[in-house]
Amino acid sequence: MSLDNVCGCSAAEEIIPLNKTNFYKKQRRVALRNCGVIDPENIDEYIAVDGYRALAKSLTELTPQDVIKIVSDSGLRGRGGGGFPTGRKWSFTAANQADQKYVVCNADEGDPGAFMDRSVLEGDPHCIVEAMAICGYATGASEGYVYVRAEYPIAVKRLEKAIEDAKAYGLLGDNIFGTDFCFNLHVRLGAGAFVCGEETALMTSIEGNRGEPRPRPPYPAVSGLFAKPTTENNVETFANIPQIVLNGPEFFNTIGTETSKGTKVFALGGKITNTGLVEIPMGTTLREIVEDIGGGIPNGRKFKAAQTGGPSGGCIPEAHLDTPMDYDSLLKIGAMVGSGGLIIMDDTSCMVDIAKFFLKFTVDESCGKCTPCRVGTRRLLEILEKITDGKGTMEDLDTMEALCYYIKDNSLCGLGQTAPNPVLSSYRHFKEEYIAHVRDKKCPAGVCKNLVQITIDPDKCKGCSLCSRKCPVGAISGEIKKPFVIDQSKCIKCGVCIDTCKFGAISRK
Amino acid sequence: MKSVEELLAIKNRVAPQVFAKSENGESYIRVLVGLATCGIAAGARPVYDALVNEIEKQGLANVHITQTGCIGVCQYEPVIEIVEDGKEKITYCKMTPEKAVRVVNEHLVNGKPVAEYTIGAVAK
Repeated sequence: MSLDNVCGCSAAEEIIPLNKTNFYKKQRRVALRNCGVIDPENIDEYIAVDGYRALAKSLTELTPQDVIKIVSDSGLRGRGGGGFPTGRKWSFTAANQADQKYVVCNADEGDPGAFMDRSVLEGDPHCIVEAMAICGYATGASEGYVYVRAEYPIAVKRLEKAIEDAKAYGLLGDNIFGTDFCFNLHVRLGAGAFVCGEETALMTSIEGNRGEPRPRPPYPAVSGLFAKPTTENNVETFANIPQIVLNGPEFFNTIGTETSKGTKVFALGGKITNTGLVEIPMGTTLREIVEDIGGGIPNGRKFKAAQTGGPSGGCIPEAHLDTPMDYDSLLKIGAMVGSGGLIIMDDTSCMVDIAKFFLKFTVDESCGKCTPCRVGTRRLLEILEKITDGKGTMEDLDTMEALCYYIKDNSLCGLGQTAPNPVLSSYRHFKEEYIAHVRDKKCPAGVCKNLVQITIDPDKCKGCSLCSRKCPVGAISGEIKKPFVIDQSKCIKCGVCIDTCKFGAISRK
Repeated sequence: MKSVEELLAIKNRVAPQVFAKSENGESYIRVLVGLATCGIAAGARPVYDALVNEIEKQGLANVHITQTGCIGVCQYEPVIEIVEDGKEKITYCKMTPEKAVRVVNEHLVNGKPVAEYTIGAVAK
């Protein structure tokens, strides 16, 4: 498709700047403010946009308690998904006395469909370096670790360069800005295990051990990395810190809703016209994201649901399109902000199939340490497979629901505790779809292969034989100029015939 | 870095370039190419190279090309942005090396933006 077809415009048309397009109009960039503006590999450019000013202000004008108060007053909550107040987290670590404390940045972005942290690290690595140093000053830590997945080679390269350049300028190291404060930063690469996004598993992995979670308490603020008090925050959380410290808490807490302050970055993807990274004030409704920023659903299809928070999150159905996107409103409807993956689904998506997809992911990624997660998610997946195969019973649905709550209540870490969420929330909002699979042995969206039949409408079929020639398994037969038929015992439901037919005679039901 | 003054000195020296401020009557044009994973995957590296070559070929001394991160419109990568003092920033998307050469010739040399490649024309 050429561009002219997409826009239907001519060269004479007025040029619209990026920030006046529908995609940008409603956005507000705090965490992403420098992405796409500065050269991420040039420390001078970061300094030119007030980089390291917040660190300078912290070290020369503020006490550690002042910094924590500013962060607390800003209302910033953890952007990795938990939503725990950042200022309070810092104050816990600050309150513990120890000979060594640590700051850890969680850049182990593992959710399918999420790429916010990668963009920040690739576009503005210095803001993470600066924020971690500020956190170190506020909590009394002199060492920091960034745990980033090895699948992000560009992010790793730019981050390592940023640390090197900051060291060369004396913005990391000893006696920063001529004060007593010393701070060093290290990068640790993760092999991409989803469980390492869980804070205790992440720290175990940094220590050089197999990335498995451990029970809490003790919380990291008491005994974290190398059994020392540790503050762990997500990339996006840190990305907000320099602006908050520099501009004061009011800059941040005047954006957003009563309980969710500031902005949130979402990685918008799936069946949506404009995919990309969007940063919006908390409390923007899902409808605004889908219809205004996202430009609606392509190909004239209908919105069905949005999946937030990836394999830990839930789905939001059309009835809740006007829900404000903030921590508490989403929890109320059984979804969560999560780390920020936002996958839009249209009416060709089967919710049981989607739940199965996410569950498969958690089954693969379960570390195996605790039984409820290791065995429970596997059994849950088997029930879902039974349902999508058309062999499910109504009792299975009850077992499925009970098992979900069991896994949630008994798993050791966040991975298991949230793994049933996609199943529970799709069951809550799309119960009729589950029942259709079980009772009527039908997949309303036509996705689950064992529950759909592809048939030829004899009234529309001209008997051209094209479909029978394209069918990879020879399931279609007939006489030229007479209606053809599909042998259901041979058909593998690949749908090639549907795409081939010039008369629209073949359909999936 | 031993003092805040040192930091401010760097800021004052580099900020005019980042914001493409003209100095002593000399205009400063900043060309940004999105070279994050999304841009590179869509083919931004050859676009970057084509820009560098063409800018050099045309001898445009006041045009400075810089890599940058993701501006958010991953779908329309590769993206080029042209920032010039006193003018609205112009965002070109779905660039190819050929289109980039045309942008250099029409926009940077002759001062006429190629409207049909801009974001407003591609995404509404």
